[in-house]
Amino acid sequence: MSEAEVFEKVKEIIIDHLGVDEADVKMEASLVDDLKADSLDTVEMIMSLEEEFQIDIEDSEAESLKTVGDAVRFIAERSGK
Amino acid sequence: MLLKDEVAIITGAARGIGRSIAEKFASQGANLAIIDVNLEAAEQTAGELARQYGVKTMAARTDVSNAEDVDAMVKKVLDTFGRIDILVNNAGVTRDNLMLRMKDEEWDLVININLKGVFVCTRSVVRHMAKARKGNIINIASVVGQMGNAGQANYTASKGGVIALTKTTAREFAGRNVRVNAVAPGFINTAMTEVLSEQVKTEMLRQVPLDRMGEPEDIANGCLFLASGMSAYITGHVLAINGGMLMQ
Repeated sequence: MSEAEVFEKVKEIIIDHLGVDEADVKMEASLVDDLKADSLDTVEMIMSLEEEFQIDIEDSEAESLKTVGDAVRFIAERSGK
Repeated sequence: MLLKDEVAIITGAARGIGRSIAEKFASQGANLAIIDVNLEAAEQTAGELARQYGVKTMAARTDVSNAEDVDAMVKKVLDTFGRIDILVNNAGVTRDNLMLRMKDEEWDLVININLKGVFVCTRSVVRHMAKARKGNIINIASVVGQMGNAGQANYTASKGGVIALTKTTAREFAGRNVRVNAVAPGFINTAMTEVLSEQVKTEMLRQVPLDRMGEPEDIANGCLFLASGMSAYITGHVLAINGGMLMQ
């Protein structure tokens, strides 16, 4: 799956969980600082991403996903294998 | 009707306090998932309540301490009803013994079902409640989880744990509009207390200012209050229903 395809799905999940505007979900947006995700939002989004992309994301890996782009690149690489 | 068309999962609901809670909720219009280790009894209760109150019910056999079992049950409830509004963690067992005689197996079994069971069921259900931004969880604790009781190291520890778990769950999910409370029954007339000798019962009643055993419906009434909008501003609370046995 290409990064662009992953981005579209990740964007949907973020909008679903955080109720933010589509325009605010950019690759460089920080999940916590820009999109105002709290700790529970983050856990819920990770679980949704795991379901959507059929992958496992370890806690240590989840912690390294600070921006939308981090998540997209991580998933594109992981699901490409 | 206070719970019209809401969906409630009640564990240990085939008999005793669980059944009484199920009946109370059914009388208020709730659709029910009757969960028990005894499937035959669960199916019977589910059938009776559906006929008597005209609500939808289903029954499932579930070991509440087994995550796979619980996840499968929750999926079945969602497939059947499409939503879960209320979870009552009621399933519980006793294996009483003085501490010096208590076996590891007796300790493990009671902690697994009474405490881990609440954790496992809550973790599985609260996910969906958080997503729906609406939910209500009621954990059945016990007065002895607040005051201790000789001969019940395992049971009292499990119920004290349930009280702490109630407060933590309430804090974690308050922001998702999920309320979490506990009910702490005192000395209630059920199969669990039926086995006690007359002497023990007389002794226990001496500690109860209202001078009678509680009935399962006394507990069910408290649960209805916590499950309904009547308690909309209450979360993380332990509702004592004990005839004054413990006043805090």
